[in-house]
Amino acid sequence: MNARVLPLLGFGLLVVLLGFGIWWSSTHDLREVPSPLIDKPAPTFTLPELDDPSKMLGSRDLAGQPYLLNVFASWCFACRDEHPILMREGKRLGIRLVGFNYKDEPGDAKRWLAQYGNPYDVVIADLPGKVAIDFGVTGAPESFLVDGKGIIRFKYISPITPEVIERELLPRIAAMKEAAR
Amino acid sequence: MLPELGQFALILALILAVLQCVLPLVGAQRGNAALIAVARPAVAGQAVFVTAAFALLTWAFLSQDFSVAYVAQNSNSMLPWFYRFSGVWGAHEGSMLLWVLILALWSAAVAAFSHKLPADFIARVLGVLGFISAGFLLFTLVTSNPFARVLPAPVDGIDLNPMLQDPGMIMHPPMLYMGYVGFSVAFSFAIAALLGGHLDVAWVRWSRPWTNVAWAFLTLGIAIGSWWAYYTLGWGGWWFWDPVENASFMPWLVGTALIHSQAVTEKRGSFRAWTLLLAIFAFSLSLLGTFLVRSGVLTSVHAFATDPKRGIFILAFLTVVVGGSLLIYALRAPKVAGGEPFAAASRETALLINNLLFGCAAAMVLLGTLFPIIGDALSLGRVSVGPPYFAFMFILLMLPIVLLLPFGPFLHWRSADLGKAARALLPAFVLAMVATAAAWLLVANLPWKALAGTAGSLWIGLGIVLYALSRWRNAPAGRRYTPEMVGMICAHLGVALFVAGVLVVESTSIERDVRMVPGKSVEIGALRFQFDGVHDTRGPNFSAQQGTIQVFEQERLIATLSPQKRQYLRNSQIQTEAALKPGLVHDLYVALGEPVGTDGAWAVRIYVKPFVRWIWLGALLMMLGGFIAASDKRFRVHSTSRKQAAAATAAPLPAQGSHA
Repeated sequence: MNARVLPLLGFGLLVVLLGFGIWWSSTHDLREVPSPLIDKPAPTFTLPELDDPSKMLGSRDLAGQPYLLNVFASWCFACRDEHPILMREGKRLGIRLVGFNYKDEPGDAKRWLAQYGNPYDVVIADLPGKVAIDFGVTGAPESFLVDGKGIIRFKYISPITPEVIERELLPRIAAMKEAAR
Repeated sequence: MLPELGQFALILALILAVLQCVLPLVGAQRGNAALIAVARPAVAGQAVFVTAAFALLTWAFLSQDFSVAYVAQNSNSMLPWFYRFSGVWGAHEGSMLLWVLILALWSAAVAAFSHKLPADFIARVLGVLGFISAGFLLFTLVTSNPFARVLPAPVDGIDLNPMLQDPGMIMHPPMLYMGYVGFSVAFSFAIAALLGGHLDVAWVRWSRPWTNVAWAFLTLGIAIGSWWAYYTLGWGGWWFWDPVENASFMPWLVGTALIHSQAVTEKRGSFRAWTLLLAIFAFSLSLLGTFLVRSGVLTSVHAFATDPKRGIFILAFLTVVVGGSLLIYALRAPKVAGGEPFAAASRETALLINNLLFGCAAAMVLLGTLFPIIGDALSLGRVSVGPPYFAFMFILLMLPIVLLLPFGPFLHWRSADLGKAARALLPAFVLAMVATAAAWLLVANLPWKALAGTAGSLWIGLGIVLYALSRWRNAPAGRRYTPEMVGMICAHLGVALFVAGVLVVESTSIERDVRMVPGKSVEIGALRFQFDGVHDTRGPNFSAQQGTIQVFEQERLIATLSPQKRQYLRNSQIQTEAALKPGLVHDLYVALGEPVGTDGAWAVRIYVKPFVRWIWLGALLMMLGGFIAASDKRFRVHSTSRKQAAAATAAPLPAQGSHA
């Protein structure tokens, strides 16, 4: 085996990976990855609250009422685009909005929220990103719609837009409320 | 009519690019002077037509021709003329045209400044450049035509993304592309050397100034981008490890390795195969960056409008260019290690370590950037590794660089006396330690990162100064400082400033979010920030609320800052415009948050960022170093004495090679 062929072989692997990337992104909508967790119970977790790390909040505390778990981080560019939409339209959802602060320094996150406003009813912090793995979080921003029984009904990758609220979230929330009745 | 002319000019440029690729390459292979002679006129013609196309698109922007779809999407009747000008490269199609323009200009420069090089060699160089240019022109015409019409024409355009309406954005893409594309010249030299079998050290000497200039532009482009992010995004960060930033950073890391390995190859004949490989990698990573940014396989906020067709095209082109060049490398790279032998303690070894660390850093960034795709491929789910991974790994890899950098210049080629180098550097070490200890004693609660930054920066800075002094004492007058050496000293001083800036600003920034009532003040350290309320104002295409904050230092007014919260009229996007008072010692940075309460109070973020300027000053010094080194006449003058000298050093090399 000639060492001078190695770069070519390495590049061959890279091309296969990138080709796969194209195929994957053209056959899958990166915004709506069919998560294996859809229609499955949300993972159980307990995480400290951002404002007061001594207080813990877990899936058990959130059970009973539907909520939207919104993954965000101060280092995340795209969250900046999403944020004003949540500020303006978050209340329209009529359910609890749970901020999931992902791999973020608490100080940064607090400043970020102070700067752009805080649309969340409560913010939990996952600095090591362990719970995020249970949720299958792929990046920020990402949102999970969880119903009153703790079942994940919908997952959305990339910034929420008014259209997404109108077309995806509100109908599902209405259906969940209908079913709960 | 004019936009169609622009498209036509692009088609003509494509034809010339194909001619520029095929004919000189065939000519060089067959020794046909007539075919070789096609190269320069084809380059010139291509440059003329691409420039014409670019000028026509610029005119469409300046004259507000909204029947051109690209103009309608990225301009607006209220947009000031200078942003209409920079709007040309504000999105995908136009930035491809800018890329092609810059490639045409680089090719023209190579054609113009290469008359002393062997005709067949330069024919191959221009042929390879023609191939790259043809690929990008075809890509632009087939998948991203900037001149496409939209009929009926909209009455007004959608407006340029407000984040791009900024002076930094006028300069950032052209400088970045000067760097990206500039690496194509080093790449073409390497491929031409492989094709022609000129695998001595001559091609490296010829390509060194081009590589240094490209690297300097890339440094500048990245620095401007970081500076832009710092004041535009409104929260004071200066690097985010975003896929698009990484796309520009990977070629920079490999390019840094390349300029160092080129020095070894040119002067000592060692690392020949490695230098060829790095030249291929630096440009390949530029292409890969283009692929990642424009194919849509990774999501990023910089994301250009994506289209799978584009992704497939660039991937195919990437495969042909990189795969082809690596194949040529595999077939023709030197079979035996050339160059003079060197001891374990030598400048060669030091530069080898440099190359390994920068190579690893680039691989680390590549892995982190591609991680989401790898996750998909192994069905682990789309996993992003965020800044925590990059920052940790990068510091880990750069730590040895900081420690070893001052040794480099003190080590002799071939075999060096480590003890002597250490003794020469002892004053730098002692001074750095004393100053760091003094800083620790004098400033209460200085975090360890700031101390590490001070120590590292002084160690590098003083080490380089000591080297400059030793040249002064030991080298004969007139030969003390060649431009190449001044460039090296300058760039390494830039590293010292950069290290200080990064670590001090990371650890000692004061970031306060305060609620401010008009007329009231907030004290931060020795500074008093007084809020004088918010009033409405207007810009050409936005309305804004503008706050006024006066900053006092011991009751002396040192700055009046006017941060804005803008709403762009056309797409009602909100943009925070921070206000800055830049300074060598610290930046004062104020951004408006939201109004709170009814008494006219606002949430305001106030930053005091010590030494943040040093990050970009350091980068500018590195850039300057690159330009100065490139200006060294040694790379250009081919006087007979120089040729003889080169022959004298080159002659023993094959002999040694054949012994090996």
